[in-house]
Formats: sequence, C-alpha cells, structure tokens
Amino acid sequence: MAAKFDQNDDSVVVIVGSGAGGGTLGNELAQKGIKVVVLEAGKRLDFSDFINDEWPSFTQLAWTDMRTTSGSWRVHKNFPNLPAWIVKSVGGTTTHWAGASLRFQEHEFKEASTYGHIPGASLLDWPITLADLEPYYAKAEDKMRVTRTGDRAGLPGSNNFKVFEAGAKKLGYKEVHTGRMAINSTPGDGRVACHQTGFCFQGCKWGAKWSTLYTEIPKGEATGNMEVRPDSHVALVEHDASGKVTGVTYFDADGKLQRQKARIVAVAGNSLESPRLLLNSASSKFPDGLANSSGQVGRNYMRHTTGSVYAVFEQPVHMYRGTTMAGIMRDEARNDPSRGFVGGYELETLSLGLPFMAAFLNPGAWGREFTTALDGYSNMAGMWIVGEDMPQETNRITLSDQKDKWGLPVVDVHFDDHPNDVAMRNHAFGQGKAMYEAVGATRTFPTPPYPSTHNLGTNRMSANARDGVVNGYGQTHDIKNLFISDGSQFTTGGAENPTLTIVTLAIRQADYIADQMKSNTI
Amino acid sequence: MTATETTLAREGLSRRGFLQRSASGFAAAIAITSTGALLNVSEAWALDVKGLKPETMKTLILVARDIYPHDKVADRFYAIAMKGYDDKAAGNPAMKAEIEGFVAALDGAAGEGGYIGSPWEADRVALLKNQSADPMFETIRSGLVVSLYNQKEIWPIFGYEGESFSKGGYIERGFDDISWL
Repeated sequence: MAAKFDQNDDSVVVIVGSGAGGGTLGNELAQKGIKVVVLEAGKRLDFSDFINDEWPSFTQLAWTDMRTTSGSWRVHKNFPNLPAWIVKSVGGTTTHWAGASLRFQEHEFKEASTYGHIPGASLLDWPITLADLEPYYAKAEDKMRVTRTGDRAGLPGSNNFKVFEAGAKKLGYKEVHTGRMAINSTPGDGRVACHQTGFCFQGCKWGAKWSTLYTEIPKGEATGNMEVRPDSHVALVEHDASGKVTGVTYFDADGKLQRQKARIVAVAGNSLESPRLLLNSASSKFPDGLANSSGQVGRNYMRHTTGSVYAVFEQPVHMYRGTTMAGIMRDEARNDPSRGFVGGYELETLSLGLPFMAAFLNPGAWGREFTTALDGYSNMAGMWIVGEDMPQETNRITLSDQKDKWGLPVVDVHFDDHPNDVAMRNHAFGQGKAMYEAVGATRTFPTPPYPSTHNLGTNRMSANARDGVVNGYGQTHDIKNLFISDGSQFTTGGAENPTLTIVTLAIRQADYIADQMKSNTI
Repeated sequence: MTATETTLAREGLSRRGFLQRSASGFAAAIAITSTGALLNVSEAWALDVKGLKPETMKTLILVARDIYPHDKVADRFYAIAMKGYDDKAAGNPAMKAEIEGFVAALDGAAGEGGYIGSPWEADRVALLKNQSADPMFETIRSGLVVSLYNQKEIWPIFGYEGESFSKGGYIERGFDDISWL
C-alpha cells in the first residue's frame, strides 16, 4: 500500500528524517491527502529486531558516523567523537527514547521576558505560546497514548521508582509519580501494554513504547500517500534562481547519488544533522548556507542540563527491572531564582545495565573507588536530571574539517556550560543525593552528563527574522517552501524531555503546510 | 565438552586438568609452559600466547585486574579481556613494540622482580599511575570497559540479569518486589 513516487515528481513534500518530527509530519500530511517522500539515512528494522543487550543494540541503532567536538564539556574529553547518543534508523531516536512526555510550562515560551537579562545567554521568547500549543499537545498525547493524560492510567511503580518516591516524600516533595509516559499502560492502538522489561533505550521489543517506526510510519504508508526510503542519506537541499528550494540530492544504499524533486522540503534530521544540511547546502546565492541570513543556523545549541545520581543501599534494588524512566519528581521544575539559578529541572528514574554503567558511571575512572561502586550494582538506584540549559550563541554546530564516507563535511559540536547550568546541576546533584540518603543510601555518586540525547535549538524559532531561522510554524524566514520539523526549532529548551513538544509542533506544522498548499501560497 | 569448556573454547582458552597449585598469589597461580602458554591450574584454563612474550601477557592480565579490581571475578575473565592484545601484536609489529614497551617500563619502574613481583596492589597501582600518561595505558583501560564488563558470564557476579524479553520481562518476575523500604 505504501506509495512509490517518481524522483521527478515535483509535487511531493520531501521530509528528511523519520523520527519524532519527520515521522509524525509525514503521517499527518499523508492523512490529509498530501504526497510525501520521507528520506531516512538509516536502515529499516522491525521492533522484533531490537536487542536486549546494550553494546550490540548500540551498534544496531546509534548514529556512529564521524562527528567531532570542542569546548569545555566533559563529553569532549571522554567521548570526543560521540557528542550525541541518538539513532540512525527508520523511526529515528523514537526507537531509543525513554518515553517521558511532558508539556512545557507557560513561562518556558517567554523566558527572555521572564528571566530578564542573563549575561552570556541568548534567551529569546518563542513566537508562540502555551495556549497556541495546548490543543496540539492534547492531540499528541492521544496519538502517543501518554499515561496520566486523557483517561489513561499511570504505569505501575518499579523497585527503582519506589526508592525514588520514598526519598522524595521524605524530603517533602509533592509531585511524585510514575510519569507521563508514551508507553501503553493498557493495550491500545494495536500494541500491547508494557511488560516491565527494562531495555527501553534499546528499542521496545514489545512495541509498547510509542515510536514512529511502528505507529506513524505504517499509518502514513497505509494512506497510499507516503513513501519511506531508508538508507537514503541526504547530501544537499537544492534551490532555483529565485531562491525557492526544488528538491534534495541523497546517497542511496549503494552510495549512488540520487535526486528527488519537491514542492516543499521539511528538514527533521535532529539538531546536529539539520543545521549541517543547511550549512552544507551553501551556494553562490546563499554563501552562508540555506536559511542563514540571520547567521543563527547552528547556533544556540542546547542539550539540557543533565547528570545522574546513583546510590548504593544495604539491600537489593534491581533498578534495571522495569520501565527505565517511569518515575518523576516535578517540584523543582518551577522557575525560582532564589535557588541560585533561573529555570528548573525534573528528576526522573534511570537505570543502565552493567556494561553501560561501567562505561558511563564515571568515564575514565579506574581503581577501587570505581570498582567497588560497580560491586554494589544490584543494590543501586538511579535517577537522571533533566533541566533547562541557557542558550548561548557560541554553543554551536559548525562544519568540521573532517568528512564522512560521501565526502560531506561532518559536524563539530562546541559546548561550554553556562554558569546557570552549573549552579542548577549542583543543586540537582544535592537534592538527588539527599533523596537517596533519606532512605538509607550508604554511598551516592554524581555522574556527569552522557553524550547528549536532547539536542535542541540550532535552527531556532523567532518572531523577527534577524533573531532566528524559522517562524512559529517552523517555516524558514528566508525560504517559504523550506521547513524545519525537529527539536532544532526550539527557541529555548525548557525543563521537559522534548519529544512530546517536537511531535506537537509537527502536528501543528502539518495543518499549516496543508493550508499554505491549499491556498497556493507555497 | 562441558558448558565451562565450551565457554573457554569460544573465548580462546582451553581447559586442561592439572594438579592443584601449591603456591599462592597471582605470580604462582599462572604458570608459563615451555611452549609459551599461560596455565592457570586452580581455574583450569590455558592460553596460548603467540604475538607477545608470555611474561608480557601474564603481566597484562594482572594490570587489567589492578585497573578494574573485582575480588569475586576470576583471573580467566581478565585473561579473556586482554587476550586481544596478543592477537593484535601477532599481526602488527608496531603494536607489539608498543605493548612490550609499556610492560617493560612498568617492570623497570618496579625494580627487581618486575611488576608481577611487586606483591601489593597499592604499590602496583602507584606504578600504573606513574605510567598513566602513556597512551597505551588509556588504550588498555578504555578497552577493558567493554572487553571485561561486556562478558555475559560475569554479569551474575554483579547481580545483573541481562536479557529479559524472552522471559516476558519482569512484570511477573519482581519488577516491584522491594521489601525493605
């Protein structure tokens, strides 16, 4: 039933990427009768192909093509060629994500106004508000079957959650529960309920967790309006003399350069690859890259202020049993500058298997201080910090002098923590440690940020074309038929895991694109 | 073959029956045969060494334990984690020189008896710290993170249960069985 479109068909919408943004946009457009070609750099798997084993799964799913890093962040030291832990596969990072689905708070759309001037930060208000997104958030939550929204029940609490919850309550925290998760708490949408298997990060072998791979994409294909081409690495977005984009070139599975014409191009390759594609598409007409008259393409890269706290107890926890991130404490998510920083953070349960715990607990460490921590693995509980980080113009994606196997410049990811990020992380480390010590932890560990899973902001939305790359619908200020459809649109990062907002923006963008096509504006 | 023998064979070690060792300690636990193999009598395994000097391979196994010491993890897991260097050295003279040079430097710094002859872990760790600027140290350490901890056979020692999908996940197998809170 999946469509097959001619490469010279210039009436199609080409979407680059099939994750939360691209996969959702593709289905939404296809449902409206619009013809869509989705180009995905990765291969196509079925959820039965996923592997309950961390390193082999990483090899199966992760984007491991060359990338470089710079800056003072620790990832540059420990993982110089792995700035981000994101996926190259049909479904993108929705195969790997944990499922936490939180709406942004109202003030997080107007941070420049709310926080005032923060030295070194390039804060800007979004051109849209929470009220603009609310109806679309509701649609996204229904689509993704998010627990604790609509009439959907929460997931049951695992051992790791019970430790987390008991500690949070001892500290007097109020908003503590098993999360708003895009994981079936009851069977629905043709998918089974969560079996508490663990391995959420390795792709859900039950299909209980929402991923575009087995929801949006097959639904879009079933309309007959959508074609997904895996193993298609987009090289350039092309344009005509008037400056309108006309299609893309891409390398197919055999390394052969192909061209797909298009009426509209929507780029959804995540906050690293999307700006890379715009920059690599520089031409004599657009010497600084496409949609870059503001000079903002690639800038304001955000990765959330993260970190983990692990604790060892006298008795077993077995934190790896059960849904990885079904546990949250939201009391610190508010903006309360009296804590010594603006913005807020969430604490969420987390666990890693032994192989990844060895790699990430304290990268580079050795000797007994490290190994005795791992000796306590079965008695360990864990949590993750997800907080807002300050956008900074100098945190940015640029083209590296290194090239990939097709000869295309790869990205360099430059990142330095802002003092606000450091203050927030230290506060969160302290609160996490206090939660665990309140229920008897004998030892706690502050774990530094992993390679980034939340990559945001490098093609940001702005009301004014000089301040950003896209408008409130993700349409580039410079080129009317070029859109950005992923987390790189985010003007600021908020304290919330970003996927729900990416999906929400994609649903809203699909309405806008359909309207614009209908009125022949584009 | 028994299950243990199968595992050893898959990992490139062979099981051999030998008399119980009489001496204690790592230096005595792993013997070097006249044909250049390493023998661990009490754990009943042997490792043929082809690319490196057998003494070097033996030292590397102790270096691995000193970098990531887990007292409940037997020598054979450290041997499995390190035997790749012997394979690499066999086909790569530059690699061989780098590894032999790293171990020779450790032995030189240790004085009489070399690294293995240094009886206390704290002293050997001090030797490793002094040698940690050598890129070979970081190669060995970072390699061990995968080659040691990704051996499924050691996961039960840490209480990690591994794959769970085929068992139906933990929904009926203790995901919420905590009783001490």
